[in-house]
Amino acid sequence: MNIALVEYGAGNLPSVERALARLGVESRRASTPEALAGCNALILPGVGHFGALMRSLGERSLVAPLREAVTRGTPLLGICLGLQAMFATSDEAPGDAGLALFPGKVSALPPSDRLPHMGWNQLRRARPSKLLDGVPQDAYLYFAHSYAALDAGDAGVAYCDHCASFVAVLEQENVFATQFHPEKSGPVGEQILSNFLRLVGGKG
Amino acid sequence: MSLAHRIIPCLDTDGERVVKGVNFVNLRDAGDPAALAARYNIEGADELVVLDIAASRDRRPTFLETIRRVAAELAIPLTAGGGVANVDEGRAILRAGADKLTVNTAAIRNPALLTVLAAEFGSQAVVLAIDAKRVGDRWEAFVRGGSVPTGIDAVAWARQGMDCGAGEILITSMDKDGTRSGFDCPLTAAISRAVSVPVIASGGADTPETFLEVFREGRADAALAASIFHDSIQGLGALKRFLGENGVSVRQTG
Repeated sequence: MNIALVEYGAGNLPSVERALARLGVESRRASTPEALAGCNALILPGVGHFGALMRSLGERSLVAPLREAVTRGTPLLGICLGLQAMFATSDEAPGDAGLALFPGKVSALPPSDRLPHMGWNQLRRARPSKLLDGVPQDAYLYFAHSYAALDAGDAGVAYCDHCASFVAVLEQENVFATQFHPEKSGPVGEQILSNFLRLVGGKG
Repeated sequence: MSLAHRIIPCLDTDGERVVKGVNFVNLRDAGDPAALAARYNIEGADELVVLDIAASRDRRPTFLETIRRVAAELAIPLTAGGGVANVDEGRAILRAGADKLTVNTAAIRNPALLTVLAAEFGSQAVVLAIDAKRVGDRWEAFVRGGSVPTGIDAVAWARQGMDCGAGEILITSMDKDGTRSGFDCPLTAAISRAVSVPVIASGGADTPETFLEVFREGRADAALAASIFHDSIQGLGALKRFLGENGVSVRQTG
């Protein structure tokens, strides 16, 4: 099992690495196109700014290789900003193009409640989900964000409500993503990471 | 379905060991931070805060090592801080394994620090910690571990700090800290009304009823406590069950 975390100079790689290690999986970091090409599965973790993430991927020439890996069928899991990066654009950085694995944009959540959306919240299931297999309906997951994708068509398998209804879990063929942080979501988050590992043929 | 109110154990450290005191003085040893972190992670803490209350420059590497040891035990978010005065110190704390950092004294001296930190790490990673004490009919912000008055109104400062980029406010009542006489609900409510970012109440935690009060009357989004958890006076599971039974949304665990 060759699972790589996409390293782009920011993000929270160590916490994802620790979470995978707890599940008995050794991951490595990929920061070059060559390193991406040789992987069975990819994880794109992320915290921070959409524009900074996309520029950082661009500087490392990782945008096209990431898209090509997805086209080849390599499983990809995006976390938090990693989910947002899968869309075409974001209100957070209108001038920066996303990975565009999904059409549409990431929006600033309307300020009708406290922002950032910070803490543990529940999901509303819309479609059957592989990532959420075995996760109780009323489980809490840890979120920390002010931007979100409000719609992802058939790929949106679970939503969350805070200021607006937004995509919390996204699944389409080999592409998976969560707006929450599974690596920070206790035993439930561990279950979700474990589901991803099982789907890609690793342990878990 | 709604955002859960968070219960956050806090580890005040001298950089290496957990210490505790009353009203910010008379510190004594209260254990190993990594051991306590492991316990709270299992018992259902929603988040953990670890602070270097000594915040001396020579001991900073020791504190970074403490953050690494604590983070290794956690599958929940970690906030760390104490003496953070610039982007490099903030980055060192986040790289050591914290998800968010707290800023206090340096932000009062230079509010633009919050803007710089938010631009670098995102507002969700920047927690403005305010130590406040009742002075006449208002609350005044104190710095340097609560030892130096600033003359600055704590509520106005919370609002300004948010405008500068803080993504969360950690408000500690110096009048209540360590007294186990209940949270300062009027202070917390005043801060909560003044800002649109989440507010963590700190100082005075005691019975489950005191948590209920700070969520209801204090309008807190999260409540932080130290000694009642360290000394096993209050279990996290029992506290959350009590809150849930009283209509407060909490993440039940175990």
